Amino acid sequence: MDVPVARDLGSDLAWPAGGVSRVPFRLFSDPEIYAEEQKRLFRGPIWNFLCLETEIPNPGDWRLATVGEVPVVVTRDEHGTIHAMVNRCAHKGALVCLQDRGNAKALTCVYHSWSYDLAGQLQSVAFRHGLRGKGGMPEDFEPSQHRLEPLRVETFCGLVFGTFSDATVPVEDFLGATHAKMIRRNLGRPLRLLGMHSQIIHNNWKLYAENVRDSYHATLLHTFYTTFKVNRLDMDGGMLLSDDGRHSISYAKRGTLQQADEYRQVHSAQYDSALAAPQLLDSWPEFEDGITHCIQTVFPTLVVQLTLNSLAVRFYTPRGLDRTELFWIYLGYQDDDEQQTRMRTMQGNLTGAAGLVSLEDGCINEFVQRGTRGSEDRNAFLEMGGRDVASSDGSRATETGIRGFWQGYRELMGL
Amino acid sequence: MREAIEELLADYAEAIDDGKIESWPAFFTEDGVYQIITRESHDAGMPIGILYCDSRGMMEDRVRALRTANIYEPHAYRHLLGRPRIERQGAGFDVRANFCVFRIAQDGDTVTFATGRYLDRVVDDGGALRFKARRVVLDSRRVDILLVLPL
Repeated sequence: MDVPVARDLGSDLAWPAGGVSRVPFRLFSDPEIYAEEQKRLFRGPIWNFLCLETEIPNPGDWRLATVGEVPVVVTRDEHGTIHAMVNRCAHKGALVCLQDRGNAKALTCVYHSWSYDLAGQLQSVAFRHGLRGKGGMPEDFEPSQHRLEPLRVETFCGLVFGTFSDATVPVEDFLGATHAKMIRRNLGRPLRLLGMHSQIIHNNWKLYAENVRDSYHATLLHTFYTTFKVNRLDMDGGMLLSDDGRHSISYAKRGTLQQADEYRQVHSAQYDSALAAPQLLDSWPEFEDGITHCIQTVFPTLVVQLTLNSLAVRFYTPRGLDRTELFWIYLGYQDDDEQQTRMRTMQGNLTGAAGLVSLEDGCINEFVQRGTRGSEDRNAFLEMGGRDVASSDGSRATETGIRGFWQGYRELMGL
Repeated sequence: MREAIEELLADYAEAIDDGKIESWPAFFTEDGVYQIITRESHDAGMPIGILYCDSRGMMEDRVRALRTANIYEPHAYRHLLGRPRIERQGAGFDVRANFCVFRIAQDGDTVTFATGRYLDRVVDDGGALRFKARRVVLDSRRVDILLVLPL
């Protein structure tokens, strides 16, 4: 689908000199920009995460998702093929599927009983020929000409992606070699769902996109990381960006910690009590590369996390200009033993809405949303680690991942 | 016995609502389990919820973290409890009670933060009734902003 260019946002919003090391606060609070994102970005040449394959394992299974604000239903048909369609009846536009998930042979709109197959093709229309020879659709009505608006679908390592654009390159090319390899490392085996919940955060969705690419904040705001040496910047680690800068991997190797003096001066390192119940952090080395902490972002709204053994997929979806739903899906592998599941369960305490490490992210982005009110003509200053967009292998005291996000955003939005 | 169990439930809620979070772990046995989980995950039998402690020590770590490490805007809860259903099972009691928790922010904003059920195992622990297990099953899949104080 072509991206409609309604008007030139660029002339209306001049990006400040300094490129992606400056970010206009207005981007987080302008309803017109929000509306344009729905068209240019979410319907643009990108892959949107929809759900996990393991959430729709059987023929007839379906699951609701959203792309931007567009309601989407993902199905698995009788042949096992996965489809995604806008969850909007071709007749009057009502939602077709109402439950979050289900299993059905056909998708039938409750309003006037228009019925679609699992690929979204219209099968039948109630009273098509009227009743007793009266009423009904015109003679030239052709059900095959009507269907639920489809998205193109691709799966990769159990992740189901959808796109509205014909121009989107295959998922592996979209990710790039480094990022495809890391997803394969973390999700390349049969997965088991261990739990899920979500969080409403009161900020524009892009503030979370920044936050999760922000390796600079992680060990400053999240005291628990630093104190219990789960993740610190004085471990070997780095920030790996895809060639286009849009996707990032922040990683650390816990076994390489060499405590740096700089931490003596920050709040997050002042909390030095030991855990009364250290089993919280019981873990085992899962991979031979020594990486024990890995936060990978996939533009625009997906995150794959492996911290110690806590494996999770996070994704966030806009629920309005200053409201975002952040989903946490905790995972293990199907061949995990009981003890491994137990350790993943314990480490589940680190992240999520009540995460000992992550709970601050529930409010910190809202603090920016509130802090920038009335300052729409001002900019954020993002020069940590330089002003460019490039991988930073060796240091995570950098904002390069955030700059990479904005580079991709500007390209898609024409800003 | 009903009266003693109702007292335990009321004392627990009152301690949290009054901000006496330090006394929270003592409502549990030494090996007590406390979990907050969504109804969706609970019904599906999934192990990971929103918060999980399997000893008083883990609860003490939570309290220490929320007092000294975690960063969030100050807020308080108000619990409203439903009449508990109590069944004697073996040497203890299975107790179920509905709850509603309001969250009061420092600017006065008061919202319905959580509704759900407590699924409790209550035992006599050296002369005092304590929770051997307290599973908090949230009706909603989603948490507003964050969850740091126990429910």
